[in-house]
Amino acid sequence: MSTTVAFILAAAALAGLAVAPLFLNAYGIGLLVGMTGYVVLASAWAMFSGPTRYVSLATVAFFGIGAYTVAVLSETLPYPLVLLCACAIGLTVALIVGLSTLRLAGIYFVIFTFGLAELIRQLVTWYEVNVTGTLGRYIFLPFEGIHIYWQLLALAAVTLLLSWWISRSRLGLALRAVGDDEVVAAHAGINVSRAKLMLFALSATIITLVGAIQAPRWVYVEPAIVFNPTISFLTLIMALLGGATRLWGPALGAVPLFLLFEWLSANFPNYFSIILGIFFICIVFFLPQGVLAKIEGLRRPAGKVPPEDKERSGAA
Amino acid sequence: MLIDTLITGLVAGGTYALVAMGLTIQFGISRIMNLAHGDTIIAACFASFILFSVFGLSPILALMIVVPAGYVLSDAIYRLIMRPLVARAPNAGALEVDSILVTFGLLFVIQGVLLVAFGGNYTGYTFLNTPVDLFGTIVAANRLLALFLALVFGITLIFVLSRTRWGMTLRAVSIAPENAPLVGIDINRAARTAFALGGALAATAGVVVSMYQTFTATIGVIFTMKALIVVILGGKGSLTGALIGGLLLGLVETFVAAYIDPGLTLAATYTIFLLLLILRPTGFFGQAG
Repeated sequence: MSTTVAFILAAAALAGLAVAPLFLNAYGIGLLVGMTGYVVLASAWAMFSGPTRYVSLATVAFFGIGAYTVAVLSETLPYPLVLLCACAIGLTVALIVGLSTLRLAGIYFVIFTFGLAELIRQLVTWYEVNVTGTLGRYIFLPFEGIHIYWQLLALAAVTLLLSWWISRSRLGLALRAVGDDEVVAAHAGINVSRAKLMLFALSATIITLVGAIQAPRWVYVEPAIVFNPTISFLTLIMALLGGATRLWGPALGAVPLFLLFEWLSANFPNYFSIILGIFFICIVFFLPQGVLAKIEGLRRPAGKVPPEDKERSGAA
Repeated sequence: MLIDTLITGLVAGGTYALVAMGLTIQFGISRIMNLAHGDTIIAACFASFILFSVFGLSPILALMIVVPAGYVLSDAIYRLIMRPLVARAPNAGALEVDSILVTFGLLFVIQGVLLVAFGGNYTGYTFLNTPVDLFGTIVAANRLLALFLALVFGITLIFVLSRTRWGMTLRAVSIAPENAPLVGIDINRAARTAFALGGALAATAGVVVSMYQTFTATIGVIFTMKALIVVILGGKGSLTGALIGGLLLGLVETFVAAYIDPGLTLAATYTIFLLLLILRPTGFFGQAG
């Protein structure tokens, strides 16, 4: 399939998705908002973590930063400026975190990002309780679900376009080299730190924007809601299910899993955690490369595994 | 005030040390980062709660049931879930990431089962809640017992691992996993033993914690985080490091709570933790690399 055809198809799908909410009720639009939100989160997560294989659990840290920026600033600044502020704060935090964690590899990076999300939540909670005196804020913005959906859809299109562009650029090639072997990549003349930092910052900024755009949905916001670590886990599991190294992988994982989790939490709220856990274990066991790679593997004649997949089968 | 804070800090630190030892053994020898460690502890808390309130069994006796159960269950988990991951992992880094992801799943499963069985409320029981006068400070006897048990278990384990042949085998696998088979060590068995031992230690910690504090099905992750902090502090795989690091963390927490702000306790520990990760990821007692 040529690139032009693919672009025309993607544009048609985008147009279809954009008019879809006009035919849906409020519940349907709510579903679309949540789904698109996770498509962007998973795609943005995979943008950095897919090629480099650095598993980040800081998703909710940036998501929460975005949501909180909107909660704090929405009454004093016009909305576009608020979004810009959220971007700036997310980018700054991402650069600080990126610069200080470039030396951490593997497991230490995972633990660091997990700790970071908790630290930010604790600090915001402490600040709200002790300095402003109230835990929780109200957001009054004249947005309906459909407006939020259109913003998220636009962000999703931009994110996928960026991922596509990066994967074809020198930067994407550099990142794949880093993921294969960081030492070799450095010896081949790749500025490993710069490549990782750029992608981490870009991915974090997009995640911050998702939090900022979705914030008006809640109306009432408090740290326990927007810094809920489950958001990080869900993003991770969605990207893994679809395949974090493919362009459409994260989106493909996010849609069915979001619908499944929505259905589960509506029908089996008590067993949600158990089923989520079992799902997690099964994906790591049976689909370490994601669904897309599995399908390609099945279509290939048996016994012929490309060296890339064989080598990667252990990693996330 | 100072002595008071010191004793409270040491008691908390003793528990943290016990909690961290299990994790550091699993991580150091089996190469598995077990994020469900804290939830194993909470499961043991609930087990001793049931044994105490339904069967009237004192926590000291409960140790004799819960700790072996922790060992056997962890052994089974290793055979069932971890071993296939170890077998397919091309290198240690891939195994670490895989084990993180799979124990995430395990974390949710254990937490979910506990939530269904016991609900989300704080649970606890009263055991040995008699005041003891220690250097002019009043401490509950159960807390002193907890500190005593933590130190006894910790020091015994350090002694066993450093002085016996069995302990030497485990340490050999921790230091040089590639060379251990050359001298006839069964790596697979050593890794399984270490993982099970870590589970038994988590069970011990659970019983000890349940003696003096209330718990819910969802606080396991806090124990995991604190254990991680102590493991990074003391160095991966170092039991002595875990013991000292645990006591240190307990002291820091209590002093921050007493002299700065109780609301900043967790933030303070995370800050120390993150700084340490950046400045010295091998810990104070760990080997480089």
